[in-house]
Amino acid sequence: MKRVYPDKEYCIGCHLCELACITVHSKSKDLIIAYTQERLEDGLKACKRFQEKGPTCVALSCRHCDDPACVAACISGALQKDPETGATIYDIEKCVGCWSCLMACPYGAIQRHPTLNKIVKCDLCRDREGGPACVAACPNMALKFEER
Amino acid sequence: MLFQPINKNYHDYRIERDKDLCINCKVCIRQCAYEAHYWDEARQRVRHDNTKCVGCHRCEALCPTGALCIRLNQSEFRPNACWRPVFLKNIYKQADTGGVLLAGMGSPVDIPVYWDNLLLDASQVTNPSIDPLREPMELKTFLGSKPDRVEFAAPVKGKKGKPRLTTRLAPQIELNYPIMFSAMSFGSINFNLHVAMARAATELGICYNTGEGGLHKSLYQYGKNTIVQVASGRFGVHAEYLNAGAGIEIKIGQGAKPGIGGHLPGEKINEKVSETRMIPVGSDAISPAPHHDIYSIEDLHQLIFALKEASRYRVPVSVKIAAVHNVAAIASGIVRAGADIVAIDGMRGGTGAAPAMIRDNVGIPIELAIAAVDQRLRDEGIRNRASIISAGGTRCSADVVKAIALGADACYIGTAALLAVGCTLCGKCYTGKCPWGIATNDAKLSKRQNPDIAAKKMANLIRAWGHEIEEMLGGMGLNSIESLRGNRDKLRAVGLSDSEMDILGVKHAGR
Repeated sequence: MKRVYPDKEYCIGCHLCELACITVHSKSKDLIIAYTQERLEDGLKACKRFQEKGPTCVALSCRHCDDPACVAACISGALQKDPETGATIYDIEKCVGCWSCLMACPYGAIQRHPTLNKIVKCDLCRDREGGPACVAACPNMALKFEER
Repeated sequence: MLFQPINKNYHDYRIERDKDLCINCKVCIRQCAYEAHYWDEARQRVRHDNTKCVGCHRCEALCPTGALCIRLNQSEFRPNACWRPVFLKNIYKQADTGGVLLAGMGSPVDIPVYWDNLLLDASQVTNPSIDPLREPMELKTFLGSKPDRVEFAAPVKGKKGKPRLTTRLAPQIELNYPIMFSAMSFGSINFNLHVAMARAATELGICYNTGEGGLHKSLYQYGKNTIVQVASGRFGVHAEYLNAGAGIEIKIGQGAKPGIGGHLPGEKINEKVSETRMIPVGSDAISPAPHHDIYSIEDLHQLIFALKEASRYRVPVSVKIAAVHNVAAIASGIVRAGADIVAIDGMRGGTGAAPAMIRDNVGIPIELAIAAVDQRLRDEGIRNRASIISAGGTRCSADVVKAIALGADACYIGTAALLAVGCTLCGKCYTGKCPWGIATNDAKLSKRQNPDIAAKKMANLIRAWGHEIEEMLGGMGLNSIESLRGNRDKLRAVGLSDSEMDILGVKHAGR
């Protein structure tokens, strides 16, 4: 399946991918409102996590593993493997906020929702035409959405 | 100006931040290499220090809400035609530092740009123009010494066959476009851009020039599209290097700084630069002003032939000089010394670092130099012995066409290639902190140039210029760049004096 692959050689640490991520996952779909209002009021958060050490930086998000530890650990069935696309999908309605997935994910790709008893996880922008927003926003082609 | 030198507020730029658009996302802070943007903890918002802005526009380009605009600072000194603000600011700067004024990129001074005073011809009625989309158009260019005459052997009587060329031809560099990427050394620009230039040149079927910093082993695979340079510092020069490329260039001078050498500061010499230049990590790379083994045309002759021997006469040898007052006579000497190519770099040529006084006051414009050299070599009957490359201040495809009509065989482009990958001519290359990741070896900054993107942009630029050159040639009724070479009848001047037109060898428009 197509996944988002970060390239630490060319990630410039601008965090524009995070801004794209929250815009796409916001109600308003407007960067300014999403960042200045929804982020603070509704706990809107980017699914990406930035790692930076010295000159190296990289934007990480859910790897949509073939055999995901989070799905195995999920007690409510909120995390599932989509049999068609292969993506690891999250149903916020089913989630009970037990954080088992957080503990199980070896990549730290799942985050707690800042205000709700829920998680924040990459959904590969499944409703967005043209694929993941972070990939489209990256100014240096350091995120690639492809089969490997 | 609290705690600051008294001239601190005479800065060049002003950062305008639209408060309705700025979301305090800090992208500008992360992008600015000069720390002009910062997070104000007390006010909990992004602020900026105008005095630190160099006008590179990186923040403006990456701001996700378009909240930033970089403008010239409007502070105005009392108007004075003689003491213009640039002189005042320079004096304030030097009174503080006691140092030489450094500058980067080509000279911004207001000397005539003759390209703008030259106009091209087009066919009307009496001779047909050619549509390059429908008919073949030849941009292929061969650089190297051409024979005085060619001899053929007729096919043996009674047997089938074609006439056979018996003249032995000198080695040539074959180019699909009359354009090359000029010498920008590995060190002055970073490895990612060398990879990009090498890939773009290979894809296009043209050449790029290594500059004086040697060639990294991993780029030997692009050798067919590489011209290796030998400069006064002899950095990274060895037998394998000389045989790695399609041509060898001896760099005598550079248009931006004729008569002086180069200085790559030790901070820029990282592991990779060190192994390529064959000097220790962190040591200054100093190129002397002259080659210490060249003090005459005879000495140059020796070096040319030493390099030809070292490369077994397989590749042409070029000699690059800055355009200076006696450029025509010097070029004649260079051709007689055995050079296959003479590259002439005009005074608007770029640089990573040069003393501002040298850059802005030494040399002559490339247009005059090309015309003078072409004419001199023709007059002496040796024009065929060497190709001429025009360099320095080639801004668009029309400049390339005009340079070729004035007598050049091909053009080197450096600044234009860097502009293609984002350079905004802020001219602060010498700080080593290029926010566009070009003139820097800083690991964090240099990765702003992804070779995949950069190679594509450079290749796109040359292809675009290629199309335009074909259109212009077609309009003039020519179907080959060869027919334009030195064809000054295709040029007319506007607003030039008699001596300027005499040197350029063109008539005034209307004649």
